[in-house]
Amino acid sequence: MSTNAQTISPHTMPETDYLNASYGIKSWLLTTDHKRIALLYLFSVTFFFFVGGIFATMIRIHLLTPGGYLVTPETYNKLFTMHGVAMIFFFLIPSIPAVLGNFLIPIMIGAKDLAFPKLNLLSWYIYLIGGGFVLYSFSTGGLDTGWTFYTPLSSVYSNSAVTAAVIGIFINGFSSILTGLNFVVTIHTMRAPGMTWFRLPLFVWSHYATSLIFILGTPVIAITLLLVALERVFHLGFFNPALGGDPILFQHLFWFYSHPAVYIMILPAMGVISEIIPTFARRPIFGYSFIAGSSIAIAVIGFLVWAHHMFLTGESLYAAIAFSLMSYLVAIPSAVKVFNWTSTLYKGSIALDTPMLYAMGFIGLFLIGGLTGLFLACLGLDIHLHDTYFVIAHFHYIMVGGAVMGYLGGLHFWWPKISGRMYPEFLARAAAIILFIGFNLTFFPQFLLGYMGMPRRYHSYPPELQVLNVMSTAGASILALGYLLPIIYLVWSYKYGRVAGPNPWPATGLEWKTQSPPLTENFDVTPVVDWEPYDFEHRPDLALEPGVGGLLPAHGDD
Amino acid sequence: MQSQLPLFPEQASNFAPHVDALMGFIILVCLGFAVAVTIAIIVFLYMFRRKSPGAIGVAIHGDMRLESAWIGVPLILALAMFAWGAIVYVDFRRAPPDTLDIYVIGKQWMWKLQQPNGLKEINELHVPVGQNVRLIMSSEDVIHDFSVPAFRVKMDVMPGHYNTLWFRPTRPGKYHFYCSQYCGTNHAIMGGWVTVMEPDEYTAWLAGSGGAHVSPVVAGQTLFAEKACLTCHQSDGKGSAPSLNGVFGGQVRLASGAVVTADEGYIRESILNPNAKIVAGYQPLMPTFQGQLTEEQTLDLITYVRSLQGEPVPSSGAGVIQTAGKN
Repeated sequence: MSTNAQTISPHTMPETDYLNASYGIKSWLLTTDHKRIALLYLFSVTFFFFVGGIFATMIRIHLLTPGGYLVTPETYNKLFTMHGVAMIFFFLIPSIPAVLGNFLIPIMIGAKDLAFPKLNLLSWYIYLIGGGFVLYSFSTGGLDTGWTFYTPLSSVYSNSAVTAAVIGIFINGFSSILTGLNFVVTIHTMRAPGMTWFRLPLFVWSHYATSLIFILGTPVIAITLLLVALERVFHLGFFNPALGGDPILFQHLFWFYSHPAVYIMILPAMGVISEIIPTFARRPIFGYSFIAGSSIAIAVIGFLVWAHHMFLTGESLYAAIAFSLMSYLVAIPSAVKVFNWTSTLYKGSIALDTPMLYAMGFIGLFLIGGLTGLFLACLGLDIHLHDTYFVIAHFHYIMVGGAVMGYLGGLHFWWPKISGRMYPEFLARAAAIILFIGFNLTFFPQFLLGYMGMPRRYHSYPPELQVLNVMSTAGASILALGYLLPIIYLVWSYKYGRVAGPNPWPATGLEWKTQSPPLTENFDVTPVVDWEPYDFEHRPDLALEPGVGGLLPAHGDD
Repeated sequence: MQSQLPLFPEQASNFAPHVDALMGFIILVCLGFAVAVTIAIIVFLYMFRRKSPGAIGVAIHGDMRLESAWIGVPLILALAMFAWGAIVYVDFRRAPPDTLDIYVIGKQWMWKLQQPNGLKEINELHVPVGQNVRLIMSSEDVIHDFSVPAFRVKMDVMPGHYNTLWFRPTRPGKYHFYCSQYCGTNHAIMGGWVTVMEPDEYTAWLAGSGGAHVSPVVAGQTLFAEKACLTCHQSDGKGSAPSLNGVFGGQVRLASGAVVTADEGYIRESILNPNAKIVAGYQPLMPTFQGQLTEEQTLDLITYVRSLQGEPVPSSGAGVIQTAGKN
């Protein structure tokens, strides 16, 4: 592979594109171009990722010694709470949909923009306002309720800046709802001629499923957190048992959104992986309709599993059994995706470029994250594992190992499209491998800590658990390096990278049929789609050599 | 005893072997899948590596037989995990009848525990080996969780109602217990030790740590008089409220027509929120005692009501359905 930064590119940057179409701060802050809005989101979610990352770093340093190394218990509690709030509500949930989804969905379906471009810009401002409230909460006393805001701790007992934070998350919810609405309408109404539902890229399918959760789930968390604020400010008894409220009601409402929210984080990443694997295996994806259908199945069944977070609250025996069963059922569509991705490698023509490394890393980590979900869905085993580090390890494997690896994989895959330039391949591969190693070293020991019984959210722990905690902290320092590298070389490549050309990999999607970076209108003329998704065989425009390498198709024409 | 890198907690209750066996089963199944997928990926990555820059792969779009197989087989295994897990959980949620009952109150950030004879402990729990123990737990403030990893049990401790947790210790020793539900500043130090003793040692310990503790029955009886409960709840059933003789553990018919079992949760609710469940034939006259009793006083009252379990039930004015068999 000649993917080397020094290689002279045969391509030149296009004269006009969405980046140089207009200049000045106003042209960005008032833009309705989905691609520019995507970049605005890119900066904002990256900011929150580093805010959350700094908190995470402090947590791991603190846990180097059993007694706690760095901060007081109060501060420690604020660190893990603010880490969770920043990462979940302001990084993970918007990351792939609002950055990559925003940038790509219109181009992938051959549209000029989203259905409601102004609403799209409004979503970003709402996100900023919500984020502002949360940052205000962080900087004026902090937040110490845990990201789960369990009542009556959050609504009555906590002395931290809960009200500002829940109002921030409430406001931010509207950003998710509007984004979801925009995606659904766009996908329904703005597909180019020939872009049938089953020619849609799987990335679009997964965002369609995600949007359904955005629209149906987000209002519930918004109203729930508003009730917490009302109980806190006006002493209304929704959740406080001393006023006749029920703290369990909060948990039902909270998880009714927050469990599906896990799928908001992972489904778009699965969509990214479903794009990367066929591109670098250069063959159609195995079981297209099963991967598309499993996204919808996850979104639907995902709404029926929430009380598996509550097996030990004293909920009814029969409810617990029903929710355990549903939780096992939702595992099946995820397994289907993994098997289909693996099968897509069979008889492919595989190159391990950076995005593909991330995709393989994603499968490895998602496999562990997904399978350990089976441990927690098991009623008998959850008695022991609930609220321990096993849970922490499990959801970090899904959300960091899965969602963040997917996000970074996607960012590298579409970086040539976004910026028009290539990043340094060697550094990028190194970062992917460093992240994979650092991640496992950080979080695998936490499974063992969990089985030993170490509860989550502990600022100190019994001395016999120190070795595993030190391993985890060591891993976190490697992980931190892995996250810094892409920031540095991606920024560098934006100016100095080799010019990518319209389709550097090459890949089959519509987004690769336009120039890199695209025009503000995406396409000169509305494209007409007359090819099947991920078909390399009947695409002379990709300039590939069908059958080279002795892997002739069984039937030339099917 | 503790190695530098402990990987497996001690097994010290009846649940530990079951939970560990479940763990073993699920690890084996998952390892099987993980290894199979990983090997397949590595083999494919090597076998089908790109041989020339322009090479493409073979167009295989899918296979229904494979799809059904990898939906069906994981589904069957998942259902097996579900069923086995449910069996263990049902056992865990349904305490046997012959338990040693210990009241547990969680508050920010300590545990108060009370032995059946009224002996109080703080952040310590002594139990006899081989005996079924049931913890009846409530919280004075936020949600806590009583967790004993060596027993493989935990249960949330809620404000406003009772949750129970049972286990049978199988090995004498000292074991950590933790608060497992985040409860504020000192959550991490809201823990202590469970000491499992031989039964005769336990009896001696109970007798020896005597001191001046008042039996909860006596304390409850005193409260029952002080709070003027007995003005209405006369034992002969002639008051304006039902007699409490024999009520605990029995069936109570409500004004709504429903029949409920009078357990700790019911008695508690009837004290703190009397109008929630009115006994058939009575008026909602009783004032609420919400905010007037500490959690410990509530428990004392419940223990007193429980001590009336064997008292003669009056022929009229009884709170309990007399034909119902007691368990």
